[in-house]
Amino acid sequence: MGKTFAEKVLARASGQSAVVAGQIVDAAPDVILTHDNTAAIARIFRALGQARLKHPERHAITLDHAVPAPNTQHATNHAEVRKFVAEQGIKNFFEVGRGICHQVLSEEAIALPGDLVIGADSHTPHFGWLGACGVGVGRSEMAAVWATGELWLRVPESVRIMVDGALPFGVTAKDLALKIIGDLGADGGIYQSIEFSGPAIEALSLDSRAVLPNMMAEFGVKNAYIAADDKLLDWLAPRRWKTISDFRFQILDLESLPANAQSEIKNLKSQIQNRAIYPDPDAAYAATHRFDASALEPLIACPHAVDNVRPLSQVRGTRVQQAFIGTCTNGRLEDLAAAAAIVRGKQVAPGTRLLVIPASSQVMMEAMQLGYLGDLMAAGAVIGTPGCGPCMGNHMGVPAPGEVTISSANRNFRGRMGTRDSEIYLASPAVVAASAIVGHIADPREML
Amino acid sequence: MLFQGRVWKYGDAVNTDVIFPGKYTYTLTDPREWAKHALEDLDATFAGTVQPGDIVVAGRNWGCGSSREQAVGALKYAGVKVIIAKSFARIYFRNAINQGVLPLVCPEAVDAIAAGETIAVDAAAHTIHCARGLFSFPPLSPTIHAILDSGGLIPMLRKRFGAEHLPMPEIKGGE
Ligand code: SF4
Repeated sequence: MGKTFAEKVLARASGQSAVVAGQIVDAAPDVILTHDNTAAIARIFRALGQARLKHPERHAITLDHAVPAPNTQHATNHAEVRKFVAEQGIKNFFEVGRGICHQVLSEEAIALPGDLVIGADSHTPHFGWLGACGVGVGRSEMAAVWATGELWLRVPESVRIMVDGALPFGVTAKDLALKIIGDLGADGGIYQSIEFSGPAIEALSLDSRAVLPNMMAEFGVKNAYIAADDKLLDWLAPRRWKTISDFRFQILDLESLPANAQSEIKNLKSQIQNRAIYPDPDAAYAATHRFDASALEPLIACPHAVDNVRPLSQVRGTRVQQAFIGTCTNGRLEDLAAAAAIVRGKQVAPGTRLLVIPASSQVMMEAMQLGYLGDLMAAGAVIGTPGCGPCMGNHMGVPAPGEVTISSANRNFRGRMGTRDSEIYLASPAVVAASAIVGHIADPREML
Repeated sequence: MLFQGRVWKYGDAVNTDVIFPGKYTYTLTDPREWAKHALEDLDATFAGTVQPGDIVVAGRNWGCGSSREQAVGALKYAGVKVIIAKSFARIYFRNAINQGVLPLVCPEAVDAIAAGETIAVDAAAHTIHCARGLFSFPPLSPTIHAILDSGGLIPMLRKRFGAEHLPMPEIKGGE
């Protein structure tokens, strides 16, 4: 009997030749992710009587949840994180403004195909977009991982989601994610490992692929997975090279690199490929769900649950005071490009605000060079510092009571953005941008 | 371990944002303060009237959403030691165990139990006793029992590392 991705990755991480779904293993993560919560975890860590991290080189820390610090309390927290980073000699530390943890660790090629990534963040399944196994844990558990270098995990059952066809014009990976969650429910993937496959998945751009495992956190999963293909490896290898060679510039111009760099990158690509993990064709799945991408339309998750999904046509016309494009789900270059294409030459409607927060500084720089930020600003958008922004209600664009937000984020729970008396609709960046221009929920396909 | 307490009953898909709002995760550090905000966006009467030993009974996917541990801690410091649900969100389930709160999966019991009644839970016998009968739940693994018996993951590791004399930190935030 063949093995699933989850069985293979957890066998390797626990140093066993084979494990099966249902088994409990002690697994050692390759990458250990924390963010603004590092200081709080460090306090628990110290209460364990530990002075040094077991594996400082496996750690990656990003300041992203409230950046730049909106008040003294957050600033003090950031200062405590920096002190800990210096004390422990953590090399993979990313300052305020570099971007959201999941995006940054991808861009920096810190997480790689076949890795077990443990994050003190519920959207850690994100790393499945690069063929890694991303699993979220709470803070006490993270402190335990810091001290022991491992944690117990139950090998999850695996479920296949096969997507045929091709996405129609104006329909995105976000709509596919909402379709899956809407049809199968917010607990449809609880405790499971989801493996995506099929022609529609292979055809997705890399920016779009990242949306799917990220959104699967709202489906209850342990992790989600997309196989690493050549397109991904070609993207990752130069970034890995940049990270390990301490290349100083934020954006890589591949053509202008010297010949020896090119050959190092080629070697790295085959190293990464050799470590990648793929499920066996005869692996055992608890279920297989099939979707037809060609039959999809733009979808919206309505207040106050991510699985309260309706076709855009049913909610168009709903008045919005704020339109927010950003977050680890939909704050990448492709998302900003889609928004720029819609707002170019138009103006945000009176009474509505358009807030754009790139997922990382690299996304922001590229969007600037390509003119997207100019298009957005000319239309009246506000551009924020790369980071989580108002996604979890911390600062920088939280709604007032009674206001309605349309957002490209992943969660619309009551109170998520700060006040329980506001409503959040979730959609693709194109729908958010179109809604900002019209002032109510609108169909971007009519504006392109 | 035996537990007996009055029931607070809730529905499906109660998420961490209503159990403990995200806006407090980086600002409130005192667990007694968390308890005052427990479930405030779902049931405004809870925090003011909950008694130590009370038991939360809920539907499917209790605790979905954020990884914030205060969503367990707020209930724990309000006196809740047992949560019975049809199913738990994965991280919430782990967080509960790690903080020494017993998460029990028993859909039949959830359907039978009425809000406000007093029920008894026998962790060793894997049973729940309520007005409408006796229900059993699947036993938890020995790994999990070891953590619960120590009062949580951190107390267990403090014992293992000989660090019990060190002060305990408050456990903040999460996302
Ligand atoms: S952008 Fe939102 S969902 Fe993503 S890591 Fe930040 S707070 Fe969490």
